[in-house]
Amino acid sequence: MTSLPPMSNAGLLRWAWRQLTSMKTALILLFLLALASVPGSLLPQRGIDPIKVRLFLTENPTWGPILDRSGFFDVYSSPWFSAVYLLLFVSLVGCVLPRVGVHFRAMRSAPPAAPRMLQRFSGTRTLQATAPTAEVLDTAEEALRSARWRVVRGPVEGATWLSAEKGYLRETGNLIFHLSLLVVIVSIAFGGLFGWKGNVIVREGSGFSNTLTQYDAWGGGRFVNAAEMPPFSFTLDKFTADFERGTVERGSPRAFEAEVSYRTEPSAPLQRTLIEVNEPLVINGAKVFLVGHGYAPIITVTDRTGAVVFDDAVPFLPQDGNSTSTGVVKIPDSNPQLGIRGLFLPTVKLDQVLGPISIFPAPDDPALFMSAWEGDLGLESGTPQSVYRLVTEEMTQIGLEQLRPGQTWTLPKGAGTVSFAGYERWASFQIAADPGKEIALFSAAAAILGLTMSLFIRRRRVWVKVVERDGVTVVQLTGIMRTSTFEDQDIGALAEDLDLVEQALVADGQALHPAPSEEES
Amino acid sequence: MNAESLAQMSNVAIYSSMLTLAMAMVAFAASFASGKRRPAALVATDTSMSAGGTAVLTKSESKPVEEPGRRAANIAISLTWLAFALLLAGVVLRGIWAERAPWGNMYEFSITAALGTLGVYLILNMRMDLRWLGLFVVIPVLLTLGMAVTVLYTEAAQLVPALKSYWLVIHVLAAIICAGAFTVAGATAGLSLMRDRAERIAAPGTVPLGWLSSRVPDAERLRTITNRILAFAFPLWTFAVVAGAIWAENAWGRYWGWDPKETWAFITWVVYAAYLHARSTAGWRKNKASWIAVAGWVVFLINYFGVNFLASSLHSYAGVA
Repeated sequence: MTSLPPMSNAGLLRWAWRQLTSMKTALILLFLLALASVPGSLLPQRGIDPIKVRLFLTENPTWGPILDRSGFFDVYSSPWFSAVYLLLFVSLVGCVLPRVGVHFRAMRSAPPAAPRMLQRFSGTRTLQATAPTAEVLDTAEEALRSARWRVVRGPVEGATWLSAEKGYLRETGNLIFHLSLLVVIVSIAFGGLFGWKGNVIVREGSGFSNTLTQYDAWGGGRFVNAAEMPPFSFTLDKFTADFERGTVERGSPRAFEAEVSYRTEPSAPLQRTLIEVNEPLVINGAKVFLVGHGYAPIITVTDRTGAVVFDDAVPFLPQDGNSTSTGVVKIPDSNPQLGIRGLFLPTVKLDQVLGPISIFPAPDDPALFMSAWEGDLGLESGTPQSVYRLVTEEMTQIGLEQLRPGQTWTLPKGAGTVSFAGYERWASFQIAADPGKEIALFSAAAAILGLTMSLFIRRRRVWVKVVERDGVTVVQLTGIMRTSTFEDQDIGALAEDLDLVEQALVADGQALHPAPSEEES
Repeated sequence: MNAESLAQMSNVAIYSSMLTLAMAMVAFAASFASGKRRPAALVATDTSMSAGGTAVLTKSESKPVEEPGRRAANIAISLTWLAFALLLAGVVLRGIWAERAPWGNMYEFSITAALGTLGVYLILNMRMDLRWLGLFVVIPVLLTLGMAVTVLYTEAAQLVPALKSYWLVIHVLAAIICAGAFTVAGATAGLSLMRDRAERIAAPGTVPLGWLSSRVPDAERLRTITNRILAFAFPLWTFAVVAGAIWAENAWGRYWGWDPKETWAFITWVVYAAYLHARSTAGWRKNKASWIAVAGWVVFLINYFGVNFLASSLHSYAGVA
């Protein structure tokens, strides 16, 4: 395939660099990139669904950890994936940058001289000259120049030929395409370093202000100072959800609308707006997206003494398309500590096999199923707990109950009461700032433009030569396609270029068309 | 006109289109089977075209000799046009029935992709004689439609909120045209591989044998056609992916999130990028490039069907229970 590497270090480096920047290597790296992307679509990914990753790990105790150590749950930030795309981009830089120089010089230099024997080229046309050589070449040059060809004449004294070239933008487009891809990658990295993103659940009637502590989850790039996030705030005034009520796709979401009032900064006037899917709110470079919704049952708990120990709307997390939602209440202040696990069903149905399930996502017939637990919530153990999970290792279940809105459950053995007053709705928002995305979009657009140029612009040369043949002065015209995507169409295009010169010469009466016996040689 | 009759008309149009396509398939097959190899006259025209600037002149001079199977092929093309018109009516009626762009679920994507494939084929056929390719376009289109009406069929319903955006029209339209182009290019690339093999086996200077290979253009021409289609489809696919990213940024709050659909769209893009690079790499531009074009089509199909049914994706709009 390739010659053996020379022994010296510099030679070895040069050899390695040539290998890396060769087209074959680029091809192999492209295949590797495609291949390396596959596992991320088959295995759960932490960046997309960390819960599924945890589930996968518990279900596959042997393979899970091995895959985990090899980065298969973070494929797109794993060392091997990064290695492939970094190598690809090094290869790209190594291939494209020298070509920028070459192309720059080519654009500034004259087309190369015409070959000696034009008749050797297929499709060469021969006309009989009826005007002096200089005039013939003048006319040809003018015709070509007005069609934006670059033209040079030679030899220096008493020119007998001209050489013209067109379609330099093909290579320009090619270089723009590849360089734009580099800029896309850089702007993704830039967005990663300077961007941030967080999620928050906001109940109807509640507010949010853009500080780190208010987020349920937040992640920022290395150079983000969370204290410098734009100081906006908003209140979720009303959330409405519409679902399909017909028989087709019953229960599918049809519209989500979050009515919010917001301030761009604490002293700014209050403004009202509607946030919908596909209609985020843009504030000071940050975007507020509506990404989810759910229910927050209003739960009141009294302890043995009858004192109210808990009274709040508790956001439950939807588990399926019909908003079957789960959530917990933890009451560390009662003695003993009390915990409640709840299942909120917006439209309840008691299924013979599945038990209580929700059959529609809208709250047509809501019910709350609960289990109450007594004991130690485990909050003192030091391990951080999720607010959506009840750790029942140190607790005993004291009862099960189903409540409708307005009902109260008296816990067994005088442990207290649990009331279900009704529910509130909540909406979840993703708030994100990505300072790299405009550059990414711009360079992606440039890439498409460059790509189109590099595929559809034809780079070609035309030569016109005046020669003496058998005592007659003839004009020879020929052309070559320097790069070809569309082979036979390209030949047609070249014929049109030659037509252009030929017609100019014939129309000006400087050449006779044609000298028949010389049509094809 | 009420919704029910619109729905019925849409379905009738699509079933009629399938029936017409089945007849076109028979006609294409008959044209193939009517025994004669690719006629010398046509080959001659092709070579003279690639010889140079005189193509325009010679083209009108040599009139191709009437060949057996030509009439069947012409009938097949007419039937394909009819099937295209019926399918277009079916898709448009579906959109009127649903009161939106008819691109809300897999059934609708599939009938539109079938329409796109037929459209790409028929348009290309107007620019260059591709009657010999008809059989290999009609078969996958019929399979897609068959799958659409049996497995994927759903009644028209309104869109989920994430799909309510004008990007639906832009992004899906670009992707669907690409589906057509990738399919046609996959067929020509596959044929070029078969024909290339037959050419290597055949004695020099003779027409290759074989039921299939003797009836399609030479391998080099098939490779040129493949390249031409993909040179058009690749920038469009790039655009479809970028449009999807813009939309995703607006709907989901990020422009790229390695969702399985996005991942496979990226893989498709990389494979076709590899194809274009292979075309300008010595030793790769013939059969290796054709294999890559076939692989690109397979990857596209995985993205189209596999991701919707197997992976849990934000793009799961299959609408099938």
